Amino acid sequence: MRTRSRRRIFAAVAATCALTLGATACGSPDPGAEGSAKDVESALEAGGKVTVWAWEPTLKKVAADFEKKYPKVDVELVNAGTGDKQYTALQNAIAAGSGAPDVAQVEYYAVGQFAIGKSLQELSPYGASAHDQAFTTGPWSAVKYGKGIYALPMDSGPMALFYNKKVFDRYGIAVPTTWDEYVEAARALHKADPKLYITNDTGDAGATTSLIWQAGGRPYRVEGTEIGIDFADAGTAQYARTWQKLIDERLLAPVTSWSDEWYKGLSDGSIATLSTGAWMPANLVTGAPAASGDWRVAPLPQWTKGAKAGAENGGSSLAVPKASKNKALAYAFIEYATTGAGATSRVSEGAFPATRADLESQAFLDSPFPYFGGQQANRILADAARDVGAGWSYLPYQVYANSVFNDTVGKAYVSSTSLAQGLEAWRAASAKYGKDQGFSVAEQRGRTT
Amino acid sequence: MITDPTGRPADTRERTGHSGTDPGGATAGSPRPPVARPPHAAPRRRRRRAHTPLDPGPSVPLTLVTGLVLVYTLLPLVWLVINATKDQEDLLDSFGLWLGKDFQLWDNISRTLTYDDGAFVRWTLNTLLYVAAGAGGATVLAVLGGYALAVYEFPGRRAVFAVVIGAVAVPGTALAVPTFLMFSGMGLANTPWAVIIPSLVSPFGLYLMWVFTAQAVPSELLEAARIDGAGELRIFFRIALPLLAPGTVTVLLFSMVATWNNYFLPLIMIKDPDWYPLTLGLNAWSAQARTAGGEPVFDLIITGSLLTIAPIVIVFLLLQRHWQSGLAAGSVKE
Repeated sequence: MRTRSRRRIFAAVAATCALTLGATACGSPDPGAEGSAKDVESALEAGGKVTVWAWEPTLKKVAADFEKKYPKVDVELVNAGTGDKQYTALQNAIAAGSGAPDVAQVEYYAVGQFAIGKSLQELSPYGASAHDQAFTTGPWSAVKYGKGIYALPMDSGPMALFYNKKVFDRYGIAVPTTWDEYVEAARALHKADPKLYITNDTGDAGATTSLIWQAGGRPYRVEGTEIGIDFADAGTAQYARTWQKLIDERLLAPVTSWSDEWYKGLSDGSIATLSTGAWMPANLVTGAPAASGDWRVAPLPQWTKGAKAGAENGGSSLAVPKASKNKALAYAFIEYATTGAGATSRVSEGAFPATRADLESQAFLDSPFPYFGGQQANRILADAARDVGAGWSYLPYQVYANSVFNDTVGKAYVSSTSLAQGLEAWRAASAKYGKDQGFSVAEQRGRTT
Repeated sequence: MITDPTGRPADTRERTGHSGTDPGGATAGSPRPPVARPPHAAPRRRRRRAHTPLDPGPSVPLTLVTGLVLVYTLLPLVWLVINATKDQEDLLDSFGLWLGKDFQLWDNISRTLTYDDGAFVRWTLNTLLYVAAGAGGATVLAVLGGYALAVYEFPGRRAVFAVVIGAVAVPGTALAVPTFLMFSGMGLANTPWAVIIPSLVSPFGLYLMWVFTAQAVPSELLEAARIDGAGELRIFFRIALPLLAPGTVTVLLFSMVATWNNYFLPLIMIKDPDWYPLTLGLNAWSAQARTAGGEPVFDLIITGSLLTIAPIVIVFLLLQRHWQSGLAAGSVKE
């Protein structure tokens, strides 16, 4: 309750700052092309201080390694808040004209918002374009906006089905391979024990867009400042139909993800599956240690039997804000942290890579997960990374759109509003905001309701 | 620039609200002669008194309502104390209002103090700094300002009154963004100054000291001192200040609680965890559970919360005596 109202305050502050930010960004001319790979080398030789705003825990080791390798460089790692909070702080600092970091962690869905606000440095002059084969397609397309590269992918979240094998075995339920089987399994579980739920969901923008992505829906179309929003395509409709069944029959645990209740549910088996990003194992190990050995990983259920479609959920990149005073050195750090030795060391600390080399390495694929009963879970997760559907894009103001998700789609979870109606309300709210921000928003193509 | 440093005035009011019932009860009782009576005599007296219109005796519905409010108020605290004794597994699995399998309090405390390279200790020291500099400074300024406004006549006093009353009404949240932009412009954002300086301004404390001075320092006394040849500074320090002690303690207590609990101001000002106060630090630990790859530490957050409120409870209990006499001053005609 309290978090939600606080989140509203943040949204309000963020919106105010976004406006101010837009004004300042429009007012100042682009500093033009600057920086080169040579600058990066000389910056490393000269040394200096790099302030990094990030909440990702494995960066601690990367920062230490980097300082060891380049003793003249001092990396100051600051946890300025997670997700929205950090974005608000970042926008505030940019608007205020001082206090912005040299490097910021930005989730994929938020890269567009910062890129279009002209808050991020375009990185190709520093050598970012040389890495276009290094990363998997999903994350790499997420850090590009227009023709520019605005960040380097740090981790990725190809989706898989995490399920509590102990619970499934006890009631003799097969692990679902399609979403229809998933609904059946949800019914069977809940019937066997009313305390058991197939999963939890109280309305989560990230999860919803990811499942639409997997179903083949491409609701957002972005070309420069022209955008289209359309929740009437076949993929979205398929998602809404199936998920509506779970909501109507009360088969979803009314528990918000990341709450203490959620961890409790993951520990005691009352939340039996999670369809989420490949970064989940680390959270299960630390958040639900009591259930060690109970959980396994399976491929994400498919919308059509036998298909191999995937999607991403979560994942973040490292970007260099334009306000950084030492961009060349900042780029040197993010290059180190996201590629080569830095990426490998993060993987060994439990992060899920966005780099092809790490995903394909035999050591990565073979490593057994004691938490998953010794399963070589990375094989499934690496496959999932390969199956991610192409052509997905988020709105250039997805941070805002997600902040109004609960006021629109969220109603489907607590009232007689249907998911389809909720999505339509979300579309309308997102379109209106886009127009207010000066985007030209295309009217919906061929609505079929 | 006047900022209500709490950012959450409701909190303060709530806190003082329920401790306020205590002094209220004490003052209501104080006109009665404080003579010790033999215990067996008490019920008889009470029964006889019940018939007088001035003291209608205990009311059953009122007692019930007060009892409910008491339980409602104490329940979260009881929950906190009980759950600080559990480890994370117990915390998630056992009944919230009863002890878990093991008594882990001491272990929890030592882990709270050492987790993340002793961040909790650092945050405690930061909070103490903000409270000492911010609340201490706010009290000094309020006492000086309140005294001056109450004692000296000068043009524009009414305007000052209007501004102060207006400032009490402005919520700190409304000033957050302008304050941030201003401090950022001065290059003070993300430094301890950004928390201390806004905390120095307490319109409510100023108003309280103003009213209190008008009540507690008779103008005849000041005139007599002036006739005796005392200078204004001497009058203030030797005569007025001792008379103002109860009010000063009250303002100090208010500002301390406000600064100790301050969340919003440091939230927007401070980005460097090394300068976090306890409120932000605990929130950062709590945010950890919502991060991919982050480690949930609910047990440490709960133990940390208990450790965070303990000092403020102790200060309240220790200073309550002074505060009570402060509120009572002027309420009885002598």
